[in-house]
Amino acid sequence: MGGYGDVQCIDENGIRLDGRKIDEVRPMSIEVGVVPVADGSARMKWGLNDVIAAVYGPMEAHPRKIQRQDRAVLDVRYNMAPFSTTDRIRPGFNRRSREISKVTAEALESVVLTELYPRSKIRVEIEIICAEAGTRCAGITAASVALAHAGIPMTDLVVSVASGKVHDVVVCDLNKEEDNYGEADLPMGILPNTGELVFLQMDGDLSPQQFQEAWDYNMGAAKVIHEVMVEALKGGDE
Amino acid sequence: MSGDKGADGPRRSRQAPLLVAPGEDLGDSGEFEAGHGVLSINGRLRALKQGKMNKRGNIVSIEPRRTAFMPRPSDLVIGYIEGCTSNIWFVDIGAPFNAILPMSLGPAKAEFGGIRKVLDIGDAIICRVQEVEENHSSVVTMKGMGLRAIRSGSVEEIDPHLLGRLIGRGGNNLRQLKEDTECRLIAADNGRVWLDGDLSGIIQARNSLNDLLKQAKIEEYGGVV
Repeated sequence: MGGYGDVQCIDENGIRLDGRKIDEVRPMSIEVGVVPVADGSARMKWGLNDVIAAVYGPMEAHPRKIQRQDRAVLDVRYNMAPFSTTDRIRPGFNRRSREISKVTAEALESVVLTELYPRSKIRVEIEIICAEAGTRCAGITAASVALAHAGIPMTDLVVSVASGKVHDVVVCDLNKEEDNYGEADLPMGILPNTGELVFLQMDGDLSPQQFQEAWDYNMGAAKVIHEVMVEALKGGDE
Repeated sequence: MSGDKGADGPRRSRQAPLLVAPGEDLGDSGEFEAGHGVLSINGRLRALKQGKMNKRGNIVSIEPRRTAFMPRPSDLVIGYIEGCTSNIWFVDIGAPFNAILPMSLGPAKAEFGGIRKVLDIGDAIICRVQEVEENHSSVVTMKGMGLRAIRSGSVEEIDPHLLGRLIGRGGNNLRQLKEDTECRLIAADNGRVWLDGDLSGIIQARNSLNDLLKQAKIEEYGGVV
């Protein structure tokens, strides 16, 4: 991080660059049904992130070799639009999007009742329209709302959120500067109704105390995010 | 959210249906049984789908907002012929997998090589699901009353779970629609509706079908469709 060591992300009162407290999540909103031709869809705005997830299926799994005789497979494709960041992203699959697609599929497969649809596949497309930080978390969250909107049976929604460490202070829901200049990042996928974990990654080093702190922030944030998700699914309070 | 209230707790009036989201706790599974869209996990009932919670007798079920059609034996379905071999038709019935229609269950026998003279690719048929195998492939039959190829009229598609609303209590809505439009109308379990009659009647039926469903969705769930 040469040359950037003096970037100050948190002031002496514990207020961050975007005016949040250290345990606060960025403002967010979720809308369902944004892709009318899909079986289910959701758009999530989370800070400056803007993510659209669309779900198709269950349908016959193609190619044949991906079929499983006892369950459905989730075909997840995470993609960042070329214009989603200031540096243009080369279109197409890359190492990073392949990894995120894989962890997303695994997180979602643990809640979807795949055994009800043997030999089928459920196609989940996640498109990042605008990226700030934590797009994988926004993608997983939006995808689980889209799956619920498609009427796919699932035992719970998946809430995903990342906390991390910036200049030895653990903060909740990293923004762009904190993600770039901070030291660690801990994205988690949480089942809000049971508190179970379906997805955990860690980038950088956290001491056991800091890990616990980040964990607690994520668990707290998951409750807030879950309320937004449920409200979106129920069509708000109109 | 129903929170940790019992399965019968939060439901009070018919005007405000209790909407649930997947994962929501619907109470203890001791007194209630899990119906459609509900699963019993560790002694608690858990919602699997997004939709309206219903309680009938001691069964808690969810009327989902959206759902995929999964064929069950004896379902009446409208299908499109998608392909064929010398003695089997493959039928798209709106399910994840195509159904097969063997010649023995078809409308007529064909000479070897003449299968497409009986039912050609793209034809619509009214058929019944004969059996569904464990791996979800199904067999349909055209042997039975009213089962035949569709040669006239138009086929419309609606979401399968909204069929109840189209048909109405005791078939009232459907009967009214038939009288108003002077159309023959067959609503199949996979959400396809066959309309047959005058062109003006078909158009009228089609419009009222769309209106009815749009209305039902708006009433039920507010602006989001």
